[in-house]
Formats: sequence, structure tokens, C-alpha cells
Amino acid sequence: MEPERTFSDYLRSFSEGASPLDFMLVYDHLDRFFYGALVTLELTFLALALGGLLAIPMAIARAYKTPFLNPAIWGFTYLFRGTPLLVQLYLIYYGLGQFETVRESFLWDPLLSSPWWCVLIAFVLNSSAYTTEFLRGAIETTPAGEIEAAKACGMSPFTRMRLVVLPSAFRRALPAYSNEVIFTIHGSAIASLVTVQDLLGAGRWLNGRYYLAYEGFVTAMVFYMVIVFIITRIFKLAEKRYLRHLRARDTADPPALVAQP
Amino acid sequence: MTLKNIIYAALTGAMALSGSQAFAADTLRIGVEGAYPPFSMKEPDGSLSGFDIDIALALCAQMQRECELVEQEWDGMIPALAARKYDAIVASMSITEDRKKMVSFSEKYYHTPTRFIAKKGSDIEFTAEGTKGVRIGLLRGTTYQCYVEKHLPNAIVSLYANQEDVYADLASGRLDAQISNSIQAVDGFLSTDAGQDFDFIGGDLDDKACLGEGVGIAVRKNDPLAAELSAAIEAIRADGSYKAENDKYFAFDIYGN
Repeated sequence: MEPERTFSDYLRSFSEGASPLDFMLVYDHLDRFFYGALVTLELTFLALALGGLLAIPMAIARAYKTPFLNPAIWGFTYLFRGTPLLVQLYLIYYGLGQFETVRESFLWDPLLSSPWWCVLIAFVLNSSAYTTEFLRGAIETTPAGEIEAAKACGMSPFTRMRLVVLPSAFRRALPAYSNEVIFTIHGSAIASLVTVQDLLGAGRWLNGRYYLAYEGFVTAMVFYMVIVFIITRIFKLAEKRYLRHLRARDTADPPALVAQP
Repeated sequence: MTLKNIIYAALTGAMALSGSQAFAADTLRIGVEGAYPPFSMKEPDGSLSGFDIDIALALCAQMQRECELVEQEWDGMIPALAARKYDAIVASMSITEDRKKMVSFSEKYYHTPTRFIAKKGSDIEFTAEGTKGVRIGLLRGTTYQCYVEKHLPNAIVSLYANQEDVYADLASGRLDAQISNSIQAVDGFLSTDAGQDFDFIGGDLDDKACLGEGVGIAVRKNDPLAAELSAAIEAIRADGSYKAENDKYFAFDIYGN
């Protein structure tokens, strides 16, 4: 009787025989990819959370054309949306590190000397710029009726913002926000360019260590695809829940209201 | 110009183009780097120079082949060879067992020791115990990666795509130490302003399995070009053109023993 073969035996014979890619190497170093995926997710979600928190006040200031703040924030979002994320990261990582004063300041030791923090700072600034602009759009398109109703109920401007304007703007911004999340995950791949061992960093490590062309990238690609798939699912569910009032109602079988003779 | 003329012009243009492509098949394309002085570097006008570049050109002259230099960042060097972006790599690539699984090598054309660099007077001991928590930077996909991962498992290793970025982070203090070719390190870092406070720490490293036995020219696996190149290296060693290039850069014979 043929001895039972384990999964790794199958993988080995497949890699050595039919496959142009060496999956055995990938399998042996899968832990690095999982660790890299963790770093990617961690950076992405911290960037989105912190960027989102920064974006809310900035979006309100932009939407209500607050004097002084509005043009300043416009300048900030224009700068960060108008330049490549990679350039922003290089400026923070290599650019700031050039200056003696920066290296001796209190910002250097815990923050700017660490690639991870440099990446996070660049991502937070970039993400907050994008989020500010689409949140501003969502606030500006709040139906006038909702605001009038809130006023009629005697709500103060703060309560109005908290209970009416922002919740309704968040819902309208949800589809755009799912794009921003996916965009940030994809953008996070540049972290590996400043030595952070994220998902792409793990792929590049494998390619570098074994002089390969594809294996590391293909594996990283599969990981990215799975992550993005899960996140799109989550957003679909969220949209179903929070935007259900916008869905067309089922009118196929209306109740009979015609008076019988 | 009539329409007919335009069509003729386009057709002859296309023919000239395909003609030059047929010619290009005979030229030898050589993959080189550009961020590894004095072996390869970019001049202000964007042209390439350095010992690797000059040796490549001397070998082409010796073999009487037309050559085209193709620039490639270090960490994609071997994959791009496999993808036929060029036919040979003259980029200070050490001959190692690991690489021989992917490519074939000519005989060596030079050999230099590998060493660690850290702050002057640093007391880091480059042993498994001595480098616990020490931040070491190195070029991705090099013999140094093999060495550090094998001998210094407790170090915090950062991988870079080119050598200049390693020096930049060593100078700014993001790294405690770096490992590289000692000759390159003198020219690329220690003799520059940024490298004033740094020096070699410890002696020449010894691990033939990782570090290899000299620098050769890589070609695709089992390509007979390797033997041609080995013969050409021997020939330029014999006729003095190797020495002429050597003396432009080094005060000693970099060929080694």
C-alpha cells in the first residue's frame, strides 16, 4: 500500500515537477507573510483611525467655510492629495533625517528615527487629507430639510452637528470611504521601501534571499487580494445596514387598496 | 507631402527599426548597477562609470563584441537576467553556492573582504550574543544577508534596495552598524563627509558558504557565455588592460590571490 502523503509532500513534488514557481519556499516561510500581513493591517487601520479623527474637525471647518481655517486646511489637503504618497514618505524618512536639528530634537528618538513611525505619520497625513475632502462633500450635501427640522426641534448647533449632520454625512460618505480603505491598503505597500517588513517587505525578503523573481510577489498579491476581499464584504454589509433607507422598496405585491363594489 | 509619401516613409521607418532590432540581437547586453562606487556610479550627466563598468567594456573589447549596458537596481539583478533583460551581470556579484542554483558564473574578476562598519570606537562584538538588539543594515539579496541571518540571529536586520540608502541610515543613526564590501565602503562612505565618525569594526569576515570566493560575472544557467567571459578575463589579465583599469581606481591589485 502506498504510504499516505502529507500536504507538504504534495507541495514539494508539485514545486519540483510541474510548477514554474517554487511553492515549497513560500510554504517554509509563510510565517513571515502572516507577520507581514499583520504589519500591513496594523499600519492601515491606525492610519485610517487617526486620519479619520483628524479629518472630522477639518471637514467641518471646510464645509462651513470657517475663516482662516478653511484656506489653511484647503492648502493642506491640496498638498497631500496633489503629491504622490511615496514622495511624502521619502521627504519624512530621508528628508527630515538629513537635518542635525531634527536628529537632536525630541522628535527623533521615539518617532522619526523609526521607519514604522515615519510610515505611520505619512499615511495619517495622507489619509486625513483625502477623508477631509469627501467628508466635506458629504456634509455640504446634507438635505436642508433635515437641518430645518433639527432647528425646529430647538437643537443647539453642536447637538445638530452631533445628532443630525454628522451621522447623515457618514452614511453618505460610506461608499467613498470603502474606496479610501482599499486605497490605503494598496498604498501601504510602499512601507517596504523604507525597510518596514510589511506584506510586500516579506515578499521582497523572500525574493532577495533566494534570488527569485515572482514567488514573493505572487504570495504577497494573494494575501492582499484576500484582505481586500474581506474588507469589501464588510463594507457591503455595512452599506446594507446603514443605507437601507435609500434602497428602493419592494413594490411587486402592493396591498389591495381598491374599494370593492 | 502626399498621403502616399507618408505611408512609404512610415513603412521604410518600420523596416529600418526591425533591421536595427535584428542587429541588437548580436550585441551583448550587460546588466550593471549604478549606486556602488567605485565599482559602479552615476556621473552628473547620467552616464555610468566605475570599475565594473570599465571591466565590462574591456571584456567586450577583448571579445570583439558590441555591448550595451543595461541599468538595474540591485535587488532585481538575477530575476532580470532570467527575464532576458540582459545576458550577463557585471555588478560586483560574489560567486556563491546559493546563486549557482539560479545562474552560472565566470571565473572571478576580483575579490575583496567583507567587513562590518559602526561608529568609531564602537564596542559591538559581531557575534550572536554581542549583536542582541543591534540594528544592522544591509543590501537586500546580497551575501551579507546570508551571513547576518546565519551568524547573527538576534540582530534587528533592516534590508535596503541600494547601498547608498544603507549609508544614509547609518549616518542618521537609524542603524548601529552595517555590513558590506570593505573597498566599496571606503570609497562610498568612510572617505565622505557623512562617514567621518565611522570605521571598520572587527576584521575580515570568513564564511565561504555565504560570502563566496570572489566576484564573477553571472550569466543564465549553463550559458556557454560563462566560459567565453572567463577566457576574456584571463586575456585582459595577461595583456595588461586589467591592470590599466585597476590602477585607475585602486592602489593595489584588487584581483586577490
